[in-house]
Amino acid sequence: MSKPIETVAVCGAGGTMGAGIAIVAARAGFRTICHDVSSESLDRAARQTEAFFAKSVERGKMTAAGKDEVMRRLSRTTSLDDLVKADLVIEAVFEDLAVKRQLFSALNVICPDHTIFASNTSTLSITEIAGGSGRDDRVVGLHFCLPAQLMRLIEISPGVNTSEETLRTAWVWCEAIGQLPVQTQDKPGFILNALLIPFVNDCIRAVEAGVAAPADIDTAIKVGLGYRMGPFELLDLIGLDTQVRLCEAFYPITLDPRAAVPPLLRRMVAAGRLGRKAGRGFYAYHGNAMFGT
Amino acid sequence: MRYRILQRGESRSFPPGDAFFAGASDGGEVTIHLGTPVVADDSKAAVLIELGVECLGMHTGEAAGEEGSNVLGFARYRNGADPPSQLIELVRQPNTRPVAIDAARAVFDAAGLTVVVCTDQAGRIIDRLVRPKYNAALRFLDEGLATAKDMDTTCRLGLGYPDGPIERVVRGGLAYHHDVTKALLEVYGTPAYAPARRAVVAKQREERG
Repeated sequence: MSKPIETVAVCGAGGTMGAGIAIVAARAGFRTICHDVSSESLDRAARQTEAFFAKSVERGKMTAAGKDEVMRRLSRTTSLDDLVKADLVIEAVFEDLAVKRQLFSALNVICPDHTIFASNTSTLSITEIAGGSGRDDRVVGLHFCLPAQLMRLIEISPGVNTSEETLRTAWVWCEAIGQLPVQTQDKPGFILNALLIPFVNDCIRAVEAGVAAPADIDTAIKVGLGYRMGPFELLDLIGLDTQVRLCEAFYPITLDPRAAVPPLLRRMVAAGRLGRKAGRGFYAYHGNAMFGT
Repeated sequence: MRYRILQRGESRSFPPGDAFFAGASDGGEVTIHLGTPVVADDSKAAVLIELGVECLGMHTGEAAGEEGSNVLGFARYRNGADPPSQLIELVRQPNTRPVAIDAARAVFDAAGLTVVVCTDQAGRIIDRLVRPKYNAALRFLDEGLATAKDMDTTCRLGLGYPDGPIERVVRGGLAYHHDVTKALLEVYGTPAYAPARRAVVAKQREERG
């Protein structure tokens, strides 16, 4: 069953996370197939990838020849059938259990027996995603951090039926691409989101309770704890609607009240204050005006 | 802005030898109480009292949301046994005079400290927000979610924190974490503040001596 990983496929490679994972894999020397249902998304991601590597050349982190070589390792497709030669498939598609299960089920028919399926889910259960894949012993969680091409951490989570061999192969591959893997149990949010989502919600509730203004909380967290970014700066960056989606995925599984969507967050999303991408979130980006003041 | 310090016992904000003492004078527009009982003094721009886990209202009394004067609370954030940070959490009440806030800011700004203003809530900003996270991390550790090292690595590499939750809470003192969370639990009553098992154990061991 064991076969060295030579070809990697990334599903959802038209998105930010998927494109980042593809960059990491190709940069480390693996043939990388970028798959997405949208060819436009793939084209856009390819342009961004090209620009990323061009910047790497500019900064002296790689040669122009090296860049060309990496770009040649990347291919694009909208057909799942083209993933037939993949030794490892990493999905970074929409955070929806049914979508991920359907994808793995389809791939199970296409890919050879040895192919490992990895999910980049941040909140869903690996065991549940693996269920119905037809190869739940060869499904593992590989949670990259955004932006994947810059962040070294990968949370590796085995599902209940993940084999030792699959876990070991995935671990070795993570190290081979220059990432730093940590192992977590298959629990909602793994380590990172299990700690981060409730914490960010607590910050929102503190604003709602009138404890302090977002800017004061950000300053307190940065100066007092040495974090690079305050929770509201982070929220505006990831998008307030994204935080709502994370909470909605997280809360029904955990029933942790801290993970429930804070009412203020819902109101801000309803008001179109989605963060940086909307020009307004907890901060306004056409100036320094801040929400609530 | 000149300030006078009245001190009894050791201050968590300003340990012996802290540069802040050098800036103090015998009089001034601001009086700072470090462990001394607060005395109303309307002749001052501000009267500041260092807080522990208690609310400012414990010192000033409260009046159905109408409280507030020239008396403010403050604490320099410190993770248990760690040295104090550069952060001052300045605690105001609903009717605290703006001029008192300005005066307090001026004193701490001049000392090179960073001031944030918050209302009179248990745990102020940081302890209110991070203690539940430390409790969760300690619980995850007990439940076997990941090793302490992996949890700390995840927070450092995945979130860019200077340290992870386990190393930080252990370094600050688990018994100290117990005391802070117990005080917060008393006020908020929510399970997130209930001291984690490892903190309870550390406290019991400390009490046993």
